[in-house]
Amino acid sequence: MRRIDPFHTLAAVCTLLVVGFIVFPLLEMIRQPTAADLKASLADADVRQAIWLSISTSGTAALISFVFGTPFAYLLARRDFKGKRFIESVVDLPIMIPHPVIGIAILSLAGRQHWIGRVATDLGVRVMGSLTGIVIVLTFVGLPFYINTVKNGIEAIPRRLENVSRSLGATAFGTFRRVTLPLAWRSMIVGMILCMARAVSEFGAVVIVAYHPMTAPVMIYERFTAYGLRYSQPVAVWLIFVCLGLFLMLRWLNPAGRTRA
Amino acid sequence: MIAVEDVCVQLPGFTLDAVSFRVGASEFFTILGPTGSGKTLILESIAGLVPITSGRILIGGRDMTDLPPERRGIGIVYQDQALFPHLSVARNIRYGLRYWPRAADREEKISQLIQRLNLDHLLDRAIINLSGGERQRVALARALVVAPEILLLDEPLSALDPNFREEIRYLLKSLHHETGITVLMVTHDFAEAHFLATRTAVISAGRIEQVGPVVEVFNRPISPSVATFVGMKNIFEARFENGMARAGPLALPLAGPVDSACRFITLRPEDIRIYSASTGAKENASNSFIGLVTRIDHQGIFCDVWVRSDGLLWQVMLPTSQLMEKNIAEGCEVRLQVPPEKIHVM
Repeated sequence: MRRIDPFHTLAAVCTLLVVGFIVFPLLEMIRQPTAADLKASLADADVRQAIWLSISTSGTAALISFVFGTPFAYLLARRDFKGKRFIESVVDLPIMIPHPVIGIAILSLAGRQHWIGRVATDLGVRVMGSLTGIVIVLTFVGLPFYINTVKNGIEAIPRRLENVSRSLGATAFGTFRRVTLPLAWRSMIVGMILCMARAVSEFGAVVIVAYHPMTAPVMIYERFTAYGLRYSQPVAVWLIFVCLGLFLMLRWLNPAGRTRA
Repeated sequence: MIAVEDVCVQLPGFTLDAVSFRVGASEFFTILGPTGSGKTLILESIAGLVPITSGRILIGGRDMTDLPPERRGIGIVYQDQALFPHLSVARNIRYGLRYWPRAADREEKISQLIQRLNLDHLLDRAIINLSGGERQRVALARALVVAPEILLLDEPLSALDPNFREEIRYLLKSLHHETGITVLMVTHDFAEAHFLATRTAVISAGRIEQVGPVVEVFNRPISPSVATFVGMKNIFEARFENGMARAGPLALPLAGPVDSACRFITLRPEDIRIYSASTGAKENASNSFIGLVTRIDHQGIFCDVWVRSDGLLWQVMLPTSQLMEKNIAEGCEVRLQVPPEKIHVM
């Protein structure tokens, strides 16, 4: 009989433990609510509203990250400049800061006591307890995931391709449009998925900036504290399903066969 | 046609130091240098892809120093071809067309070029399905289709299999001949320069060491690093007096007078004659001496024989067939003979 290396056995055991650790609680949560519970919860307009709010605000955050983050990621991937390391650490800050602190930080800009808040209020923009506030918070927490993913994606494209394009007559923007974008498209989709996934799951910062309108994580928390586990589970299950479906769809939309990054 | 004047490029950890040379119209010029010597950086400076710290670059008399790469009209072909992986062969070739004025006979010229490079049957292929030689032909077509004034080649032969290398080497030579385009090629292979170019510049650690006709650089390198690069192997420090070169205890007669600034002698391994010491041939000639064979490296048709004599290690190259004829083997004593006219001093 072939001898099995003890280290490989250890690795296999750890793999099983880790996978079980992740999958088991999720499976249990999905298994425990009855079909009737799930149906009733979906019939609840508040639940549908909260899930839609979560999806739409996270999607908006991902789109904002796409628009503003793409040129920024390009700059980080392609240029060396003084303070680049510093800028890169700044981009990572939202990952490290405790979530409620993010909410508090955003609010400290938004109020009447700060000039930005006053300008915003005069322009009719309200952050506290508004859609705008939720989107701002979600963009804040999601941006690093988009930027880092796209930066890596662009770095993986040989710079020589862009050089050749320039030498053939294309401007910097023309080169970005005809070479970089088609080759980095896949990383942009992945970046948006990651950004959105991070945004959908945000609770700590959102609950400080906007308890209402109520996103799905806030609703799950509220139902848990007010009514208990059984009442919060169905909402959580629906949120998981919707997210899974959404991300599968984005993956499917991504023409992986045609672009090779 | 191309004038590079005192061009400096400062990068973190590397400096291109006051590089100057000229390439004539329709000339095939090579820049020779080892990996990491700054060859590609020179090409990319000329193409405008790397900002230069100081100096000027003129093309056809026009100052290009501040022009963006897309307005310089310079084609570039890289070692790894840098074909756009998301586009077909035809789309790669036609990539640059939209940026240049449409001449009446453009389509005709394009199809001539495609035929000339034997790419007709590949036009619909994906880049990933091409061989190395095919890729290099596509890269050439893509660069040439917009009729650049100058073609820059960055080690176009290095990454190819030997049989493709031969094919592309001949293709480059005939394309240059047919189109009369000015070509600037960087390479680390002196044989390529010999085959393709009329003049060459040798660069080492960001500085141009020598510029001149290929044959002259090959025969009369001005420094030990250039000598090494063009295949001179036996480079020894020497003092010169009374028409003799003294390297260690050895004194060798020279063919002519020596500039007082010279400090080295060098000899090509194929220019040294070697005899078994026991045959006694040419003994006591002042340009011959005895040594011990320490190693023989077989290289196929030729072999390298390493001979130690008075603390100097000589490398001699001879046809492998002569090893037997001359009765030379590792560990045996040999006599080396150095023709005075083959000794190069620098």
